[in-house]
Amino acid sequence: MSTVGSQIEVPAGVSLPIYMDNHATSPMDPRVLEAMMPFFTQKFGNAASRNHSFGWEAEQAVETAREQIAKLIGATAKEIIFTSGATESNNLAIKGIAEMYRERGNHIITQVTEHKAVLDTCKRLEKYGYRVTYLPVKADGLIDLEDLKRAIDDKTILVTIMAANNEIGVLQPIREIGKICHEKGVLFHSDAVQAVGKVPVNVIADNIDVLSLTAHKIYGPKGVGALYVRRRNPRVQIAAQIDGGGHERGMRSGTLNVPGIVGLGKACEIAMNEMENEAAYLRGLRDRLKAKLESELDYVHVNGSWEHRLPGNLNMSFVYVEGESLLMGINDVAVSSGSACTSATLEPSYVLKALGLGDDVAHSSIRFGLGRFNTQAEVDYVAAKVIDIVKHLRELSPLYEMVKEGIDLTKIEWQAH
Amino acid sequence: MAYSDKVVDHYNNPRNVGTLDKSSAEVGTGLVGAPECGDVMRLQIRVNPETQVIEEAKFKTFGCGSAIASSSLATEWIKGRKVEEALTIKNTDIVKELSLPPVKIHCSVLAEDAIRAAIGDWKKKNGVAETEQAAVSAN
Repeated sequence: MSTVGSQIEVPAGVSLPIYMDNHATSPMDPRVLEAMMPFFTQKFGNAASRNHSFGWEAEQAVETAREQIAKLIGATAKEIIFTSGATESNNLAIKGIAEMYRERGNHIITQVTEHKAVLDTCKRLEKYGYRVTYLPVKADGLIDLEDLKRAIDDKTILVTIMAANNEIGVLQPIREIGKICHEKGVLFHSDAVQAVGKVPVNVIADNIDVLSLTAHKIYGPKGVGALYVRRRNPRVQIAAQIDGGGHERGMRSGTLNVPGIVGLGKACEIAMNEMENEAAYLRGLRDRLKAKLESELDYVHVNGSWEHRLPGNLNMSFVYVEGESLLMGINDVAVSSGSACTSATLEPSYVLKALGLGDDVAHSSIRFGLGRFNTQAEVDYVAAKVIDIVKHLRELSPLYEMVKEGIDLTKIEWQAH
Repeated sequence: MAYSDKVVDHYNNPRNVGTLDKSSAEVGTGLVGAPECGDVMRLQIRVNPETQVIEEAKFKTFGCGSAIASSSLATEWIKGRKVEEALTIKNTDIVKELSLPPVKIHCSVLAEDAIRAAIGDWKKKNGVAETEQAAVSAN
């Protein structure tokens, strides 16, 4: 049985399957694992044990990690709170601020392409009497700063806007957002999970008061993240959402995940040293992939701003080809799609829809997430494979045939089902 | 999602891909689904006016692997059958043959709709009313 795309030669040095979904998670850097290893079986102490060397050793490792993380984002070690990951960090930041500043106001501002960990947290607060404004985004995926200024009122306590989007990789103007927030005396939280370690983020220069980050997006382990909470100008207070032993300055109780924290610290240290070179490398790979796809295929376009974008992100629509069928053809390459068929809800990506793209274009989108361990040979193979499969599927596509014949698809009375 | 071997086979080697002349009196065309829903099927048949047998069936589908497989299978099944026999094909037959999971049942429904739409178009062109079908068949 001949398989579509099977004639594409696998270059030397490339082993299948290829992982190109680094926005979902990233493989752990061996250097991170090496740093973590002693903290499982030898240095297993509880960082809260104050009266023996096992505890001191663990505490020392945790404080080193705090320094490493703080350095990467321009904070001080005391401003770093450890959590189980970005979902918890986002919940803690938004709910914790909402609770603590309830007397000052009940209005929160966010935007429509945030991660569900932010959107669903805001939705829950609406049930408890908070008012939430969901700012729209422009066609390039960025918010309009004028919209933000207009939305802030005397009841606004928090603005929460992501630094980089997980699907289309666009970078929101966080520095300007933070400036507006500080001028109006409103706290600014940013879910910077996709941005930290990939592009420069500095909580002072960017006027960020609270920031979420996680280890597994930056070649660290899963299950550990952090929340930056500003201590001065202004001093931010957060109501704990998990009660217990009063760890992490009372903001997040629970025995610290020492090996995970060591891993997060090491991952931040590596990112600090290598980010600049790595960004240039990834941008090169990403641009090569885009150029190859665009040279061989018509009706393709990039979703979201090209200028304000993570170096490793390419989100492209292959119009008149449905995303899941494309993924099926490139099943030795791990990427993801905004197609409804690949989502649990059978709805196409809300992020792509927010850009004003038609559902048909959203159904045709593929997110390539390039990372530290991808190679040029892998990019060349993926490009060849995608080109082959898209051509095959367009042979099968009645829409592509109709468009090529000059038929305007918008004039057809489709039977939605 | 894991696909059944039969879905993979139809995806890799789709049967009867193509286009028939839709202006021909012998050809019926069914275009079902919508781009915004993520699937559009076009199924065409060429019917022998003497025997009422579907001598040729062609399809093109925009959709997921299961949608492509459902329409490919539909063309295979209706080819060589009489029009009235083709109408007895049910979406559940397609689900069974391709082992489609519950979230993909709509693909089979769309394939059944495509068969009906193509036959309906052919009937309309040839002045065959749905209700008079029995009489026509007797001719």
